Amino acid sequence: MAGQEQQQPQSHQNQVDEDLPEAPPTVPEAQASAATAGVDDLLDEIDGVLESNAEEFVRAFVQKGGQ
Amino acid sequence: MTAGVGGGTTPELPVGGAMRVMGAETEYGIHAPSAPGANATMMSARVVQAYAHVTRQRAAGGAEARWDYTDEEPLHDARGWSQNRDSAHPSQLTDQPPVLDAEAVALAYGRPDLELDGQDESGSMLMNMVLGNGARLYVDHAHPEYSSPEVTNPRDALTWDAAGDLVALACVRRLAEDPELPPINLYKNNTDNKSVSYGSHENYLMPRSVPFSNIVAGLTPFFVTRQIMCGAGRVGRGQDNSTPGYQISQRADFFEAEVGLETTIRRPIINTRDEPHATAEKYRRLHVIIGDANLSETANYLKFGTTAMVLSLIEAGRAPVLEVHEPVATLQAVSHDTELSGTLRLIDGRRVSALDIQWMYHRAASELAWETGVADPLHGDGHTHAVLEQWAATLTALESSRDTASSSVEWLAKLSLLEGYRQRDGLAWDDARLGLVDLQWSDIRPEKGLYHRMLARDRMRRIVDPAAISRAVLEPPVDTRAFFRGRSISRFGKDVVGASWDSVIFDVPGHSRLQRVPTREPLRGTEALLGDLFARHTETEPFLAELLGK
Repeated sequence: MAGQEQQQPQSHQNQVDEDLPEAPPTVPEAQASAATAGVDDLLDEIDGVLESNAEEFVRAFVQKGGQ
Repeated sequence: MTAGVGGGTTPELPVGGAMRVMGAETEYGIHAPSAPGANATMMSARVVQAYAHVTRQRAAGGAEARWDYTDEEPLHDARGWSQNRDSAHPSQLTDQPPVLDAEAVALAYGRPDLELDGQDESGSMLMNMVLGNGARLYVDHAHPEYSSPEVTNPRDALTWDAAGDLVALACVRRLAEDPELPPINLYKNNTDNKSVSYGSHENYLMPRSVPFSNIVAGLTPFFVTRQIMCGAGRVGRGQDNSTPGYQISQRADFFEAEVGLETTIRRPIINTRDEPHATAEKYRRLHVIIGDANLSETANYLKFGTTAMVLSLIEAGRAPVLEVHEPVATLQAVSHDTELSGTLRLIDGRRVSALDIQWMYHRAASELAWETGVADPLHGDGHTHAVLEQWAATLTALESSRDTASSSVEWLAKLSLLEGYRQRDGLAWDDARLGLVDLQWSDIRPEKGLYHRMLARDRMRRIVDPAAISRAVLEPPVDTRAFFRGRSISRFGKDVVGASWDSVIFDVPGHSRLQRVPTREPLRGTEALLGDLFARHTETEPFLAELLGK
């Protein structure tokens, strides 16, 4: 019985997928892609802000001792 | 006059929760990219000087001698003794004005890398300022340091510490306008990733009656694990960054002792420096050196709020009873465990996670605060309830939703940015670009600092209205002696020749002697006690006469 109940929505899902192959992405996927786009967008912005020669810049940042 | 200013009885704060006299010290990393090797002490002096130009506050602390060093006692140990001067490391002698003349610079560095064109009339560089907001801005060894004014609660601690970042920004802007000088950048971080660390310290006032051993026992497990909420994140492991990777804390790898007096060598988890800067019979000032410099408002808020509450637990004899096995090694293990999956060994044999320990402290702090009434959202002290809520929310988010946590937990926010780069560009942890992201995260300029870029995109959560932070650049807190100090400087600055945490010294025209007004009670000298007096006077002499009851 329990097995049948689990089977039922699965086959229904398959059917839906076959009937509507171009269905819009589900809500969680939309959020995930929006988040990914947000990160890409953020990285693009930060690319433009980062100091130009990373290796040299980081190497030259030398501090004297502090507390 | 020993009672200090303001008359009447000394006000008290509600006990049992997050309210307490406290303050922050931030040493900024300093770098002139176009002048590598420039003398850091000289550059730091230029930063302080730039602020003097911005504010034209030359009167108070116009030269290094103008800080009143009378009550500085850096070698007093809270355990009941003093370190011998001869055995102290030179950097511990913070009760002497720093000497910076051309000869000393030449001896140490061969030549001054920056022009000494900003001397005052006496020919010495400006090394020290007391600001109208009650803070101190000065050269500490080789870094500019902003020490916030005394405040009474974690929200104000965050506000006046963030105001220090705006002070530092004003200095950077001013220096950038000078075509004769290389631009100087300031970073709110704690290491150059080449084995050097510099601090961001917290200070908390406590009754002297609390045995120091109780403070050590109650605080150590808390400090070993506090970093999971308050760490600023660091690319690289080991003091010299010899092992590629990421860790929670900027500072953890630089700690080598459990308890001690030093702050620059053999750094201890619990620092015993005993300079109360207040009535020594009544108070001790707990000097905390283990924290990371925070840009995240939530992290900074929790750093002050939760620590203040743990001190309340210790004072009430209610701190959780637990002892961490090998605290120094464990501190570093917690910092390296970015999955928060490890367990710590306790002396009694139990194994618990860092989150477990934080929940134990939260539970105990919550119980005490509800018993004393300060946690009540309507009738409490106005701060403790919010700290408890934020503390619990952050621990819960760390357990269940890192995405949620990364808008407030600084090390996670930085990690999310680093992981973005690693995934997009396939970068290994030792790639210089990741090191640059880590460094530039803390650049205090909003257009260059990556924390500030995240904040502008609402990826970091604010706690305080930005307008309140801007006001705190100019205005002192109203409810501590910082009000008297700050207002004295902004109102009567031309006649203030020196100031310190527990004094303001006036040189009144026509008087042959200086008048030193002691402020040894941190909760006096407030707006409630002195606001009317300041409102009544525009001239120093009658102001002082009324203040001193003459």
